[in-house]
Amino acid sequence: MNSANPSVETLVEGGYTEGFITEIETETLPPGLDEDVVRRISAIKQEPEYLLEKRLKAYRHWLTMEEPTWATVRHPQIDYQAISYFSAPKSRKDSPQSLDEIDPEILETYNKLGIPLEEQKQLAGVAVDAVFDSVSVATTFKKELAEAGVIFCSISEAIQQHPELIKQYLGSVVPHTDNFFAALNTAVFTDGTFVYVPEGVRCPMELSTYFRINAANTGQFERTLIIADKGSYVSYLEGCTAPMRDENQLHAAVVELIALEDAQIKYSTVQNWYPGDAEGRGGIYNFVTKRGLCKGDRSRISWTQVETGSAITWKYPSCILRGDDSIGEFYSVAVTRGHQQADTGTKMLHVGRNTRSTIVSKGISADFGSNAYRGRVRMNRGAENARNHTQCDSLLIGDRCAAHTFPYIEVLNPTAKIEHEATTSKIDADQLFYCRQRGLSEENAVSMIVNGFCKEVFNELPMEFAVEARKLLQISLEGAVG
Amino acid sequence: MLTVKNLHVSVAGKPILHGINLDVKAGEVHALMGPNGSGKSTLANTLAGHEDYLVTDGEVLFEGENLLAYSPEERAQKGIFLAFQYPVEIPGVNNMYFLKMAVNAIRKAQGKEELDALDFMKHIKATLTKLDMEDSLQKRDVNVGFSGGEKKRSEILQMALLEPKLGILDETDSGLDIDALRAVATGVNKLRNAERAMIIVTHYQRLLDYIEPDFVHVISNGKIIRTGNKTLALELEEKGYGWITGEEAA
Ligand SMILES: Nc1ncnc2c1ncn2[C@@H]1O[C@H](COP(=O)(O)OP(=O)(O)O)[C@@H](O)[C@H]1O
Ligand SMILES: [Mg+2]
Repeated sequence: MNSANPSVETLVEGGYTEGFITEIETETLPPGLDEDVVRRISAIKQEPEYLLEKRLKAYRHWLTMEEPTWATVRHPQIDYQAISYFSAPKSRKDSPQSLDEIDPEILETYNKLGIPLEEQKQLAGVAVDAVFDSVSVATTFKKELAEAGVIFCSISEAIQQHPELIKQYLGSVVPHTDNFFAALNTAVFTDGTFVYVPEGVRCPMELSTYFRINAANTGQFERTLIIADKGSYVSYLEGCTAPMRDENQLHAAVVELIALEDAQIKYSTVQNWYPGDAEGRGGIYNFVTKRGLCKGDRSRISWTQVETGSAITWKYPSCILRGDDSIGEFYSVAVTRGHQQADTGTKMLHVGRNTRSTIVSKGISADFGSNAYRGRVRMNRGAENARNHTQCDSLLIGDRCAAHTFPYIEVLNPTAKIEHEATTSKIDADQLFYCRQRGLSEENAVSMIVNGFCKEVFNELPMEFAVEARKLLQISLEGAVG
Repeated sequence: MLTVKNLHVSVAGKPILHGINLDVKAGEVHALMGPNGSGKSTLANTLAGHEDYLVTDGEVLFEGENLLAYSPEERAQKGIFLAFQYPVEIPGVNNMYFLKMAVNAIRKAQGKEELDALDFMKHIKATLTKLDMEDSLQKRDVNVGFSGGEKKRSEILQMALLEPKLGILDETDSGLDIDALRAVATGVNKLRNAERAMIIVTHYQRLLDYIEPDFVHVISNGKIIRTGNKTLALELEEKGYGWITGEEAA
């Protein structure tokens, strides 16, 4: 149903262009959360007993926890009993084996999102594991990846097919006791992505998951686990969009990365979830726990994120640098406008010797947007000669928006060094006039200046996603000046 | 081409220009000279449409149209180019990319086809050859870390690429050593033609050793107090501004 979106005009005016709703039959648990719901999720997914135990333990722990209040975000109380914890397209029952079996409505949705799901579009060299609400509906490129020995599948499938890896690694980086949302996720996670790259293998293509939150009132609790074995390399892109709705939707994902000796994982996110309307109604609440473990010596994990969506973003992709000489990196662009709030940043925990971390955070605020960078760098006692460099820049457009920076630093080893630079600037009237005198419209000038401001981060994104990120930034800042 | 009539301009509530009259025809080069703070940049910025400069009286016609009704980008698209006294740095924006955006914005507004990357490269190469300039600045960010001379050279290159009808050069000569000055002057001379007019704002006479103006105007305290030919500039050089501003006061 193409007319599902009530307001084509708003899209033309630069509104949220991904805001269409797909009409498909779904299988949804009624709203509410108790042990029975947890059991039912586990049963639907035919999980082994130990996993059910893990979920129940997490659920019981979650009951004892309180929602964190320290982030600089404000939102109405979330009613966890009003959320439905499982929603799956009906056709899942006979789990699709090829694209032909997938509901054409779903394919159409992905087409609108521009995701290269059909065979011919796969020439772009992107393998897509698409997550539609709670269940993976298609995994492409499986064969080529299998030849390289790379496992790329939904986490549900991995639970069935690769129990030893799941048992060893699931929850090993983000335990359920970690935080409120991680506990909730562990109890009710429905699906997500699993990647394993074997020793010495360079994954032959970019891997990508496109998340999309569709069904009304469903929280999405993705669980992603990526393991790079010794000397391997993988680059992974996560893209997120969601339809426009009046009510807020909750997203509480957990992503765990594990890099063994000499392995490298690059994890890039382009997040464009519905941010709510101009008055601040609706939009996604995005409370995500992302953490990478540089387990082996000389391993390396890079997080790159471009966050333009969501009503509220609360996320701190982090690295635990356990292996000696391991490297953690965090490159972030976060845009807030309208009434969006972002509280994001990273944690770098230096455990091993000669570990290095780099943090580059670019916050852009317009309208009433509020942008906070919260970073924590800790050098443990054994982190001999560890180094961190943090650069944290804020760009303000207009004078009703805000930027905050909260760096937390702990150095327990005297040979470790931390450098921190922070700047806040406004889009300069002289820069704008200069560009306009050269014939550029004010909007193009702003978008060019902002893109320039973000360049160091965009440079870290894979080529085609950098292009997408630029486009996204332009769309999200339309009308911000003037 | 350009007619300025009784132009009064205020900046931040303070009147700066007090009735400027100026008539510039196609093909002419006008030098605008005057002491610091006399209002030269104010006139240049007002013509380019800077929003801080408030026109309180008078009018400006460009090719018969009321120029003051247009935004800065519309004026640029109509063929007005300002070489800035202080070119602005834009970190992270590649110079080549910036030039291409500018050229295409103007071409598009003028109903011409936009240049693709390849054609633009050709355009830039040809222009550099014409101006006798090197290619060294295109890979860097717009004006970032440019020396004074490089910034001014880059402004001249931009003017050449954008092919304006009226070029206004605001103290493009200030702070340049003799080689850079010569390079800038060579560029300007190559861009002189029968259709193009230029207003060259300068504090010193020495630029006019290289660029021969058709008219020289002396501005003081927001008014043009004297107009003559190039000998006026030489006289000024010899006797100093006091000669003429004193003459006015007397
Ligand atoms: N943006 C501004 N804000 C306040 N005063 C200004 C501004 N621009 C120029 N002025 C004032 O206007 C007068 C003329 O300045 P300007 O046009 O820059 O002179 P010139 O270019 O001839 O040296 C000076 O007194 C200067 O202080
Ligand atoms: Mg000046």
